[in-house]
Order: sequence, then structure tokens, then C-alpha cells
Amino acid sequence: MKILDHTAVELSERIRQGEIKVAEALEAVFAQIDAREKELHCYVTLMRENAWEQADLIQAGIDAGNLTGPLAGVPVAVKDNMCTEGIRTTCSSKILEHFVPGYSATAVEKLRAAGAVIIGKTNMDEFAMGSTTETSYFGVTKNPHHTGYVPGGSSGGSAAAVAAKECFAALGSDTGGSVRQPASHCGVVGMKPTYGTVSRYGLIAYGSSLDQIGPLAKDVRDCATILEILAGRDDKDSTSVDREQMIPGKDGVKSGEALCAGNDFTKALQEDVQGMRIGIPRDYLKDGLDPEVRTAVLTAAEVLGQKGAFVEEFDLGLVKYAIPAYYTIASAEASSNLERFDGIKYGYRAAEAGDLHAMYKKTRAQGFGVEVKRRILLGSFVLSSGYYDAYYLKALRVKALIKKVFDEAFAKYDVILGPVAPTTAPKLGESLSDPLKMYLSDIYTISANLTGMPGISVPCGEDKAGLPIGLQLIGDCFQEKKILRAAYTYEQAIKADAGSQNGRG
Amino acid sequence: MTKEYEIVIGLEVHVELATKTKIFCGCSTAFGGAPNTHTCPVCTGMPGTLPVLNRQVVEYAIAVGLATNCSITQYCKFDRKNYFYPDNPQNYQISQLYLPVCRNGYVEIETAEDNMTKECSNGLYGVQEGERNRKRIGIHEIHMEEDAGKLIHDETEGSSLVDYNRSGVPLIEIVSEPDMRSADEVIAYLEKLRTTIQYLGASDCKLQEGSMRADVNISVREKGAAGLGTRTEMKNLNSFHAIRHAIEGESARQIGLIESGEKIVQETRRWDEQKGMSYTMRSKEDAQDYRYFPDPDLVPVHISEEWIGQIRAKQPELREAKMARYKETFGIPDYDIRIITDSKHMADLFETTVALGAQPKKVSNWLMGEALRILKEREEDAEAIRFSPAHLATLIALVDQKAITTTVAKEIFEVMFTEDIDPSVYAEEKGLKTVHDESALRRTVEQVIADNPQSVADYRGGKEKAIGYLVGQTMKAMKGKADPESVKRLLVELL
Repeated sequence: MKILDHTAVELSERIRQGEIKVAEALEAVFAQIDAREKELHCYVTLMRENAWEQADLIQAGIDAGNLTGPLAGVPVAVKDNMCTEGIRTTCSSKILEHFVPGYSATAVEKLRAAGAVIIGKTNMDEFAMGSTTETSYFGVTKNPHHTGYVPGGSSGGSAAAVAAKECFAALGSDTGGSVRQPASHCGVVGMKPTYGTVSRYGLIAYGSSLDQIGPLAKDVRDCATILEILAGRDDKDSTSVDREQMIPGKDGVKSGEALCAGNDFTKALQEDVQGMRIGIPRDYLKDGLDPEVRTAVLTAAEVLGQKGAFVEEFDLGLVKYAIPAYYTIASAEASSNLERFDGIKYGYRAAEAGDLHAMYKKTRAQGFGVEVKRRILLGSFVLSSGYYDAYYLKALRVKALIKKVFDEAFAKYDVILGPVAPTTAPKLGESLSDPLKMYLSDIYTISANLTGMPGISVPCGEDKAGLPIGLQLIGDCFQEKKILRAAYTYEQAIKADAGSQNGRG
Repeated sequence: MTKEYEIVIGLEVHVELATKTKIFCGCSTAFGGAPNTHTCPVCTGMPGTLPVLNRQVVEYAIAVGLATNCSITQYCKFDRKNYFYPDNPQNYQISQLYLPVCRNGYVEIETAEDNMTKECSNGLYGVQEGERNRKRIGIHEIHMEEDAGKLIHDETEGSSLVDYNRSGVPLIEIVSEPDMRSADEVIAYLEKLRTTIQYLGASDCKLQEGSMRADVNISVREKGAAGLGTRTEMKNLNSFHAIRHAIEGESARQIGLIESGEKIVQETRRWDEQKGMSYTMRSKEDAQDYRYFPDPDLVPVHISEEWIGQIRAKQPELREAKMARYKETFGIPDYDIRIITDSKHMADLFETTVALGAQPKKVSNWLMGEALRILKEREEDAEAIRFSPAHLATLIALVDQKAITTTVAKEIFEVMFTEDIDPSVYAEEKGLKTVHDESALRRTVEQVIADNPQSVADYRGGKEKAIGYLVGQTMKAMKGKADPESVKRLLVELL
């Protein structure tokens, strides 16, 4: 087996057993980057020198028996909106082109502590605003399955890097589907955990109440393993939760489900969906859903049914209100979160701007791209005095109602199953001309962000053009283990099926 | 002036809390320090950083709320106030708009008679008691927020620099109802707040240093009118003097406008104490839209009954209670009690000294006399007193024992005030103790009698007063180290 074909967990195991050196893994991954990066452009910043330094230390740590974790020695990538001490962090924006933070995101620190080798910062939609990675100031990332298509977004660089084997796993951030949708478009596994599971400290905020960091990986096991490393209460993030200390019946954990609250996600990797209740919202299968995607998703549901799950369709409701509510709340928060980029303290400053206000205006006019400005304008508008109640407050009420319909659904089902996106990856350039269409493509993913629920995207086939299709499994808050178990069961079933077909052929 | 007018005043008072660390990060709140040395990624608004609330800030805010009869908002939240300015690193200030921590309180103020109006908004009352008037001033709300940094304009370079040491220092803003009707009431209200907050230890409340700042909202109306006039907000008031002048100046300006048929513009004005005038800062038209919304980076604060109970139990004795106890326990005049309890520091000093055995009235005399005199000379307030109560007790004991004279004691007090020396050691070292050697004193008295024949003749001629001069001369010759009683006795005897 070639080094690059290993999953992250497999690679670490062989490294820890002394069969593969960290340096060899790094050589393999950089050789792949040299071969494919020019065409794909997954990375904003490659950290070659830094990676070699890390590799030596990590190899020493493994040899000394200090690094025994399941990610030790594995080359990984990090989305460029997570701060990395001493390494520039751009959010794929001109305004942060030369910004070098003096601190690291908690998620990055946890990866490092686990012995992962961070090899680079991946491309993304500017400030994570977009669904195609085309709004990046540094240029588009291409879909490794077909370079005429986008990789999805906003964590498109991370998804493409994993799919193109330019890393073994990557971190992304998901505000409205930004981990799950590019995972779907690139044929990898991507997961957004329950809000509060992973610290947001050092993640440059887009929509603070919606943002969560999540893994993009080759399979469900890698995903669960990385999440286990990332999860945990962080004193630097007031919104992070201590899942180990949660009390069933309180803290949003349903009674009798104490087991589900903890961070030991890899325990859920069991091929067992016997008796699991899976609901498919009929609303998700209607107009706008590509027939090929629909077929692939329903076929996947059948697989789970054959494995013993109880699968049925149901009416969820309120689906069409999710998008306006989401774009109102996310843009409102973004308009405030992005105020700090003003040319005063760091980042881009317009030259010869004149007085203070002229400097603000020119810096922000020149430093931000079109999509970012669009959302800042939208967000500023909905928070304006006189409009706050009509838009922002109403969006919060809609959010509460959407949470209610999901609560009702989760009273009946363990897992909600559906597509990740209405179509497979769009062609390059197609989405930029019609932002509204792009916003509408988030319809299946944003509810998980509005309600805080976890969701995972698992590959479930390809369309005729050879572009991957993703299956989405959504769980109730803190019920990651249920969706991981369903995803793992599905993945193993498909693998076995592919194996037997290969055997026949 | 043809009509009679009434001034209506409401105050927004910012108080810097005495926490060791900032409101949303672990940086020091210490005053001074080289620019940008008390900073971290959080309080300089670096990308990706998040605020984490300092629990002590909430405790202080609740303590002030309880002391000012507020109801505590048990589910309270922080909101973002968005505006662009370089001293504000995130370009939004974390404050409270929708659910402030304390609401609907009041304080009782006292002013001298004739300076107090009786009627009040929202059904509160004014009562008269003895020679002083008491009145309730409503508190609309108290909210928590973060302070901004400081801009430093470099004239020679033609540039501006920012110091973020103050950025994130915790503040509470106390918003009153428009219940005050005169500068006296405003000063009384501010003094009341200051004393209460100082007693709580929640802030040192120094106007000059900016740890207490007041913005004054003023409007005028014809006496008896029901509605309120158009108000203006006065900023940059950093002393009680400035506040008084600004109120007098602004109310006169508004009345002048009304009298001449002009309209008052709702605006924010800046008071220039040196020129005794105010200037427009911004009018309502260019008032900014702060686009307030709940800060998603902070979780709501749940304040339990239990927590409120704990804070209530820890509340120190406040001034009114202390005054009542002093009256009962120490038997010193009301005037003394009022002055001593005006400062918690002074009151603590008084009580500790008394506890060390000094007679209350004597302690009070030292504080009211010499201590206040020196403070006034140095233009300092009571908080500046540094000498220890033990040393004051020693000083009083030395006088009681006639080991030193009052004159010498005053000299020693002055040194003690500055350097906190032990009076006993000092008197010994400097040879200031009273000479009780009768023969030495007798020799000096004989010498004084010999040197002052005229005064001796006057005394013998029946001018009793002349003996005073002779006592003085003897004391002078003894360098103050004699007991005046003994001197007088010897003089009478020898003459």
C-alpha cells in the first residue's frame, strides 16, 4: 500500500510501529503537492520548512514513547481562517494578506499536541463567505475529481487537499455547511459537531453563533478520531461546553443518553444501526433537488434500512424559512465581526488615504471582496435602528421555530437523513454570477447551524460526470455518536459491497 | 426673565471598577504603565480572539445595585455597540443595552434647605428632616461595559498613536432618572454614589483620574410644566466644580434660547472649564446608529438568588449605618461624624485608632483639624492619608501622658502624615519630649523674668494678662518641651 493511500489513523499506526518515518510521510505528501498543487491550488500558504522542523520533533516524541495518540506523525492541513502562531493567516482576503498572528487557535494547538504535522493553510472563500471557494482573493481551488468544477466551499481548499491526497486530513469551519458541502463535492467525509464542542478561540469569526470547526477526512473513523482530539471545554471560549460534565436531562442532553454526551467519539464506530430510527424529510426531496443526487441519497437510505435501521419519510416543515433566517443572522454577526479589519492595527491599509474616515473607507473598500462587502451591507442593514425588529429579531424567532420542528423530529427519529447539497459541484464561474442561487444551495445544511445540531457528510456515489455526491446525516444536539454510527455502518457496507463487486469482476 | 424656569437633570455616571484584571481578559488594570504593556490579543481585538467575562465585575455591579436599591436582572446579557474609532480595537464596545444587570433603583440624597425641590418624577418623594432635606433620586439602570483605549496625538510627527492599556478595563454605567433639579442635588447625588461605591470597595471613584466620570443631561421647562424640554448632554466634566459650572452655564444658555424664541437643539456638548463655555460635539442628526445586538461570543449571565444572597451577606456597613453607629457609640458631634464617614478610608482610620485605646473625640480632633488642614494645603483627598492608626494612637497617648506638648505633637503629626514615623521613637530621637526636670525649668523661668522687666512690672502692676507673654517666652526658651501648666505655676510662684 502506498503511503498516500493510508487513512490518517492507518498512517499514524504504521508510524508508531516504526514501519514508516514521519519524514517519509511528509516526503510523500509534499511530492503529491508538487504534482498537483499547481493545477488545484488547495493551499494559500505551504509550511514546508516549518513542517520539517515539526516532523523531527514529532518523530523524536514518537521514538521516545511520548506521542502515542492516533494522529501522531500525520501530515494535516488547516483552513486559513484558524490562527497559526508565526504563520500568516489570511482568511483568503487581501485585508489579511500579510497578517501573522502571535497565537494559535485552540484547535490548532490540540492538533499539534496530538503530534499531527501541520503542513499548510488551505484556501477558502474570503472570510468563509461563499459556497465554492471562488471568492478567495488568492484565486480559486479546483475540484480534484474534475478541474472544470469548484470544490465547494467555503472549506474548499481543505476538502480538495484531502481528496487530492495533498494531506491526510484537514480542519475546516462550518457556518452554514462549509465543511459538509465541500466534503460532499470532493468525495470526502466532513463533519460539523454540535455548537460548543470545539473551541472557536483563534478561529476568525464569520457568524459567531453558527461557526464550528470540524474535520475533513478520508473516512468516518478519521473524522471521529480528529473530533475526539479537538473536542473539549476551553476557558478561552465562553461558548464551548464541557461535554464530559453534562448532566442528562439538563444541559440539552436527553435523559438516558448520558453516553452520548462525552467526547469519546471513536467508541461510536460500530456497524450497528439495528433499530435505529432514521427520518428523511420529504421537504428535502422536492423541487430543486437534482434527480441523480436524489437517487443516490435514497439508495444510501435503503442500505441503512437493509442493515436494520427503520427508515421513513416525514414532513419536517419550515424549510424555506431557513435560508432567509440564516443569511440575516450570519450577515448581522459578520458585519460586526469584520469591523476590526480597519487598517489601524494590522492587515491591509490603503495608501495615502487622507483623514481617518477616508482611510477606513478606502481600506475596507479595497481590502474586502465583493461577496464580503455584500454581506457586510446586508448585515449592517438588518441591525439598523428601525429595522432590527423587522429583520434580525424576526430571524431569531424563525431560528427558534426551526429548532422546534427539529426537536419534534428528534422525538421520533434518532437521525435525519438527506442530501448535503441540491446538486453536485457546479462548474467554475457558474455561481459567482448568481449569488442568490448560491445562497439557496445551502438549504440542506444551514438548519444544523441555526439549531446547533451536528451533521456529517459521507460520500454516496457519483453523478454521470463523475462528480461525488454526499449523504448528510443530522443528529440532535450532542448526539454525534448516533450519526457517526450510522455513517460508519453505511461506509462499511459500501466498502464490503465494492469489495464483493471487485471480487466478482 | 419673565417666566420662572425649572432645570431638569439626569446623569450618566461611568465608574471604573477596582478589579485586578480586565473585564474580558487576564490583563492588569493597573493605572499607568508603558503604552500597550497591559495588553493581550483579546483586549487589542486581534482576529479570532474571544472575550471571557470576569466574574468579579458582575459581583461589583451587583453589589452597587444592591446598595442603590436596584432589582438585579437574573438573566442578563451583553450587547455589542458598533462604532468605528481607533481607541476601540474591535470597532464595537461590549456593553449592555437590552438586559442590563441592575434596574429600577434609587438613592437618597441630602442637601441644605432651600436647595431642594420637593416634587420628583415617577412618584418618588422628597421629605424634609431637621435642617437638611432628603430626596430620592431614581436609578434607571446600571450596566456593565468595557473601557476603550487612549489616543495620543503626536504633534511633532503629525501622527496619532493608540495605547490599549485601558482597553477592556471594566466599567459600570449608572443611569439616573431625570430627578435632579439643581447643581446642589447633582453634587449631592454624585457624592452619595461615590461614598457608597467607595464603601463597597468597588472603585476608588476619582473624578480627576477618570475612574468616575459623569455626563450630564440637562433640559429646562417652565415651572409647573408637565412635559420635559429638549435636552442636551454635557461631556468632559472632570470635577465637581466643572459639573456645577456646566449646569449653571447650560441652563442659562437654554433659558436664553427659549426667551429669545429660539429652539434648543438636541445635541451632545463639550464643556470647556477654562473658558467656562460649552461647544457642540455632535447633534442628534449625526448621531450614530450603534446597531446594538446581543454579543454571540458571550453566554447569558445567570445570576442566582443564592449568588445575590452571598453578595448581600458580604456587603460592608454603608455610610448611613456607620453614621448611626458612631452617634450611638462614640459621642462625637454630628458634624465630625459627617466629615469622618465621608471617606471610608478616614472612617476606617478613625475606628482602628479608637480601637487601639485612643479617646474618640481626640482622634476626631486630629483628623478634623490637622489632617484636613494638611490635605487642603496639598489639594489631596482623604484617600491620600497614609499614616497608620497605631502611630496616631501613640501620638495621642504621648500627649495624654504629657510626654510631649500639643505644640510638639502638631510638629510630629506633620512628619507622621508624610513619612508615617513612630511618634514615640521620633520624639525620643529628636529630643522633643517634655522636660519634667523642675530645677532646669526653674532656671529658665528665672532667666525669663530677668530678661523681661517690663512684662514683670506689668504683671505686678495688676495686668494679669502679661503672664501669658512670659509663659510664651519660657516655652520658646524651652523649645516647646515644657509643660505649660508647670511653667505658669512656677511663674506665679516666683513673681
